[in-house]
Amino acid sequence: MSATVTAAAGAALGLVAAAAGVAGVLGVEWSLRVPWLVPPGGLELTLDPLGGFFLALVGTTAVPASIHAGGQRGERGGAAFLAFVAAMAAVPLAGNAITFLLAWELMSVASYVLVLGARDSRESLSAAWVYFVMTHAGLACLLAAMLLLGSWTDSLRFADWSAAPSALSPGAGTLAFVLLALGFGAKAGVIPLHVWLPMAHPAAPSHVSALMSGAMVKLGIYGLLRAGLDWLGPGPAWWGVAVMLAGTASALVGVLYALVDRDLKRVLAFSTIENVGIVLVAVGACMVFRASGLEALAVLSLAAGLYHALNHAAFKALLFLGAGAVVRAAGTRNLESMGGLVRRMPWTAAAFLTGSVAIAALPPLNGFVSEWLTFQALLQMLEIPRPELNLVFALGIAGLALTGGLAVACFVRAFGIVFLALPRSDQAAAAREAGIAPRAAMGLLAAACVALGLAPTLVLPALAGVASAVLGTPALDAPADWLTVTVSGRFGGLSTVAVAAALGGALLLPLAALALARAPGRRPGETWGCGRILQTARMEYTGTAFAHPFQRIFDFFYRPVKRLDIDVHAESRFFVRRLAYENRPRPIFEEWLYRPALEALHRAAHRARALQSGSANVYLLYIVAALLVMLVLA
Amino acid sequence: MLRQLRAALRAGIVTEPAAASPEAVELLRLGGEVREAVHRRFGRSLHIRQVDAGSCNGCELEIGGLTGPHYDLERFGLRVVASPRHADCLLVTGPVTLNMAEALRRTWEATPDPKIVVAVGDCGRDAGIFRGSYAVVGGVGDVVPVDAVIPGCPPSPRALLAGLLAALAAR
Amino acid sequence: MIAEVAGALAQLVVVAGGAPLLVGVLRWLKARLVGRRGPRPWQPYADLAKLLRKEAVVSTTTSWIFRFTPYLLVATTLVAALVVPVLVSRPALGFAGNIILLMYLFMLGTFFLALAGLDAGSAFGGMGSSREVAVAALAEPTVVVAVLALALRAGTIDLGGVVERFAGDPLLVANPAHLLAFAAFFIVMMAETGRLPVDNPATHLELTMIHEAMVLEYSGRYLALVEWASAMKLFLFLTLLANLFFPWGVPAGPGPLALATAALAIAAKLAVLTAALALIETSVAKLRLFRVPELLAGSFALALLSVMSVFLLR
Repeated sequence: MSATVTAAAGAALGLVAAAAGVAGVLGVEWSLRVPWLVPPGGLELTLDPLGGFFLALVGTTAVPASIHAGGQRGERGGAAFLAFVAAMAAVPLAGNAITFLLAWELMSVASYVLVLGARDSRESLSAAWVYFVMTHAGLACLLAAMLLLGSWTDSLRFADWSAAPSALSPGAGTLAFVLLALGFGAKAGVIPLHVWLPMAHPAAPSHVSALMSGAMVKLGIYGLLRAGLDWLGPGPAWWGVAVMLAGTASALVGVLYALVDRDLKRVLAFSTIENVGIVLVAVGACMVFRASGLEALAVLSLAAGLYHALNHAAFKALLFLGAGAVVRAAGTRNLESMGGLVRRMPWTAAAFLTGSVAIAALPPLNGFVSEWLTFQALLQMLEIPRPELNLVFALGIAGLALTGGLAVACFVRAFGIVFLALPRSDQAAAAREAGIAPRAAMGLLAAACVALGLAPTLVLPALAGVASAVLGTPALDAPADWLTVTVSGRFGGLSTVAVAAALGGALLLPLAALALARAPGRRPGETWGCGRILQTARMEYTGTAFAHPFQRIFDFFYRPVKRLDIDVHAESRFFVRRLAYENRPRPIFEEWLYRPALEALHRAAHRARALQSGSANVYLLYIVAALLVMLVLA
Repeated sequence: MLRQLRAALRAGIVTEPAAASPEAVELLRLGGEVREAVHRRFGRSLHIRQVDAGSCNGCELEIGGLTGPHYDLERFGLRVVASPRHADCLLVTGPVTLNMAEALRRTWEATPDPKIVVAVGDCGRDAGIFRGSYAVVGGVGDVVPVDAVIPGCPPSPRALLAGLLAALAAR
Repeated sequence: MIAEVAGALAQLVVVAGGAPLLVGVLRWLKARLVGRRGPRPWQPYADLAKLLRKEAVVSTTTSWIFRFTPYLLVATTLVAALVVPVLVSRPALGFAGNIILLMYLFMLGTFFLALAGLDAGSAFGGMGSSREVAVAALAEPTVVVAVLALALRAGTIDLGGVVERFAGDPLLVANPAHLLAFAAFFIVMMAETGRLPVDNPATHLELTMIHEAMVLEYSGRYLALVEWASAMKLFLFLTLLANLFFPWGVPAGPGPLALATAALAIAAKLAVLTAALALIETSVAKLRLFRVPELLAGSFALALLSVMSVFLLR
C-alpha cells in the first residue's frame, strides 16, 4: 500500500474517531449490537464519556502520525498500520468482553508486526519477541479476569458489570482487580511490567512509536480506569494506594533511566513510563478520595489524570516524530553522535523544543497545567482523616516534585546534546531538514501543545464532566471564567493565558528598552576556551558527562556495572596496548526479577518434561482423565 | 564557624588608605586621551581579567595581594572576573612566551569592546630580564595593543593599585 | 483599577530596582565581615550600566537560543515579581498561580539557561548546565513539601491566602512546624540562587562553578540581563522567605500609605535576611559538589518533619 494512501486513510480514520470521541465526551450516547457476529455475546460497541475521551485521544494522535507516515518513502506495513489504528479505535468503544479482547489482540498483533518491521536486525527481532510475550501474558491475565467476572455476574457485557458490583465478594473483587491491573499495567508500561517498552518503542518506526507511546499505553490506563472505577464499583482505599505507589515508582524509575540513556528513542520510551506513572498517581488519588467519600476531589484528580494523558499523547507524539526526523537525518539513534542540528534542521528543532518544554512541565504549556492540577488534587489530602493515607500522599507529592525536576534535566540533555553546539559526527554535520509531511505533523502537534496549555478553562470542564460520569457524581461547578481555572473553591487558581501574556510583554520590555537606548551591537567571535588553540566538537560536553552527576547521586539505584579491560604488550606488561572501560547502569528489573523468574520457569518446565513420555497410550489416558475431571466439575 | 566569625570581627577593617604617592604617578605612563576615554566609558566600574603570559608569578603574587583585605581592590569598583567576556581590562603579566602569544591574542579577541590592556611589570613592558630570549616574543605590546604599563619587578601592590586607579581615573 | 496598576508598577519597580541594591549590600556586608572595606552598596548599578554600554561578543557556535535566553530569564523573573507578595498580599498576577507556578517559572528560566550553557559548545558551559539542573532537580521536593506544610496550616495554597491567614496569627513563630519549614526553605534558597555553601558566586575556578559556568560566555547587554535576572531571583526568594514566614506589614490592597509601609517593612525584613545570609556565607566553606545532595536531603528531611509536626499538633 503506498504511503500516501496509508496516510490519507489513517488520517481520515483518525478524524472520524476524534469527532466521535468528542461527541461522546459531550454526552452523545450511541451503541451498536450485532449478536450473531462473534460468539459468545456478539459484537457490541457502546459510546460513553470515558470511552469517548480515549477514542478522541486515539483519533487525534492518529492524524499527525498518519501525516508523518505519508512522508516516509519505502516503508512497508501500511495495512498493519491501518489495522492498528482501527483496533485502537475499537477498544474504547467495546461494550462486551469478547469485542474488547478481540480488539485488544488485534491491536497487539498489528503493533507486533509494525515493531518487527523489516526483520533486519537482531534488536528488532528480540524487541518484537519480548513485546509479543509480555503483551500475551497480559492478555492471559485479562482473559482470566474477564471470564471470572463473566461467570460471577452471568454476563459478559460491561454494562451488566457496572450495574452489579455488589454481587461480588471483596475477595472476588480483589482477585479480579489484581488480574485486570496486571494485564492493563503490562500494556501501560507500569513498573515492573515495563521491560518491553524501552525495547519495542525505539525499534519501531517513529510514527508507530508515536502512536504506541501516545495512544496505546493510554488504552492500558483506560482499562485500569474501567476496572478500578467502573466494573468493580468503588473499591477499597488500598487499591488506590497500590496504584499511587506503582505510579510514583514508575515515574521515578522511568525518568532516572531516561536520564542516562544514549539512545534518543529509548530516552523517550522511558519518559513515557515516567508520564504513565504521573497519570497513575492521579488515578490512584482519585480511587483513594472516592473510597474516603470525597467526591469533588475524586473528580478533580481523575480530571487531572485524564488531562495529563491527553497532554502526554500530544507532546510525546511530537517528540517521537521529531526524534524520527533527527534519526533519519543523522543516520543513528545515538545522541552522542549528534549535535548542531538546530542550524541544519531549524523547524524540527523548534518543534522538538516545544515538545521538550511541554514535557518538562514548564509554564505556560500543557504539561504544566496537568502537573499543576495533579499537585492541587494531592495537596488537599488533609481532608482524608487517616494518617497512613496522608503519608502515602506526602510520598506521592515528593516523588512527583522530584520527577518534575529530573524531567527538566532529562530534556535539557536530550535537546541540548542533540541540537546545540557543534555536530559530533560527519553525518550530523550533513543533516538535512525533514520533509514537508513530517514538519506539518509536528507543527500540528506543537500547536496542540500550546492550545492545550492556554485553554485549560475549556478543556477542564469537559474532562470534569467525563470524570463525573465515570464516578457517578453530580458535575462540578463550572470552574470560573475564561481566564482562570480555580480549584476547590479558593484553594488555588491558575491562569496560563495571563502568564503567557505577561511573559510576552516582559520579553518585549527589555528589547524595546535596549533598542531605544541604542545599546551597542553584537560581534561574532569564537567560543571562549581559555585561549586553547584547538576548538573541535570533541571539546563539547557529551550526554554521558551531562548525566554523570545523576549517575553518582543515584548510584544506589543504577548500581552500575563497571568493567575495565587492559590489553598489555606481549613483551612487557608496563606497556598498555588497549584499554576498554565500561560503566553502564545495571538493568535491575531484568537481573533481579525477570531472570530468576524465567529460570524458575525453565526449571519447572524441565521437571514437567517427565510427563512427555512419547507414548500415544499415555496421552490417551491423559485425555480421558481430563474429560472425567471436567465432567465431575461441571 | 563561630570561632572564625569571632576572629574576623575582632580583627576589624584592616584596609589601608590608597594614596597616590608621587612615585606611583611618576612610574605610570598613560596617554591623556585614553584616560579620558576610559573614564567616560566605564564610569566607576572596571572588571579585570588577569592573564599570565609566561610570567614567573612574582607579579601574580603581588596582584593576588590586591584582592585581599589590606589593599581591597573592590572598594574602588574594580573587580577580578573569571572570563574575558566579562572583562573591561586585561591585566597581562610576563614576557609573552612563544607558547602563550596565540592564547593572549585569543583572550584579547574574546574581550568585548571597549577594553583596555594594562601590562604589568618590566616583563610586560619589554620582556624585562628575559629580553632577547629564544622563548619570548617581547613585551605585551608586541602581541596586543597596550594602553598602560605598570613597571617594576615586581611592582608593589601599592604601585599596582595606583596604576589601575589612574587607568580608571575614578578619584 | 488605577490603584491596582499603580500597585503592580510599584512592585515591579521595587523588585527590578531593588535587586541590584540587595546584591550590593550583600557583597558589602561580606566584605566587612572579613575585614575589608568593601565595594559601595550601589556598585552593581554602575556595573550594569557599564555592561549596557559594551558590545556583546557572540560565539559563532551558538544559536538563537543563546541570544533569547537572557530576555527569557528577565521575563520569567519579572512575571514572578508580580506573583510573589512583595508589597501587597494579593499582587497583580496573584490570581494566576501559586507557589507551584513560581517554582516552575524559575525552572523555565533554568531550562533555557542550561540550554544556553550547552549552546556555546564549551566544556565549561556543559558542566555548569549539568550541575545546575542536578541541584535544581534535587531542591524541588523540598520546596513542595515545605509549602505543603504551610498550606496545611493555612487551608489554602494561594500565596495571598497564606500571608493573610498567618498575619492574623500571634503565635506564628512559636510553631515548630513553621520554623522547620523556614529552615528547609532557607537551605533551598541557598541552593536555587547559587550562594555558599552550594555554589560560590565569586569564584574564578571553573571547576568549582555551577551557575557562573553557564554564564561565562555572555558579555555586554546579555550579561547585564542575566546578572539582573539573577539578582531579582535572589530578591524574590528572600521576599518569599520574609513574607510567607513573617507576614507582618503586608497590606491586603494597594494605596499610597499602605505601599509605603509595605516597602519599609520588606526593606527591614530583607536587611535582616541579607545579614543572616552574609554571616553564613562568610563562615562556611563551599561544599564539594557531591556533598550537595546530602545537604538537600537534609533540607527535605526538615520539610518532612515540618509536615509531620503539623499533623501531630493539630
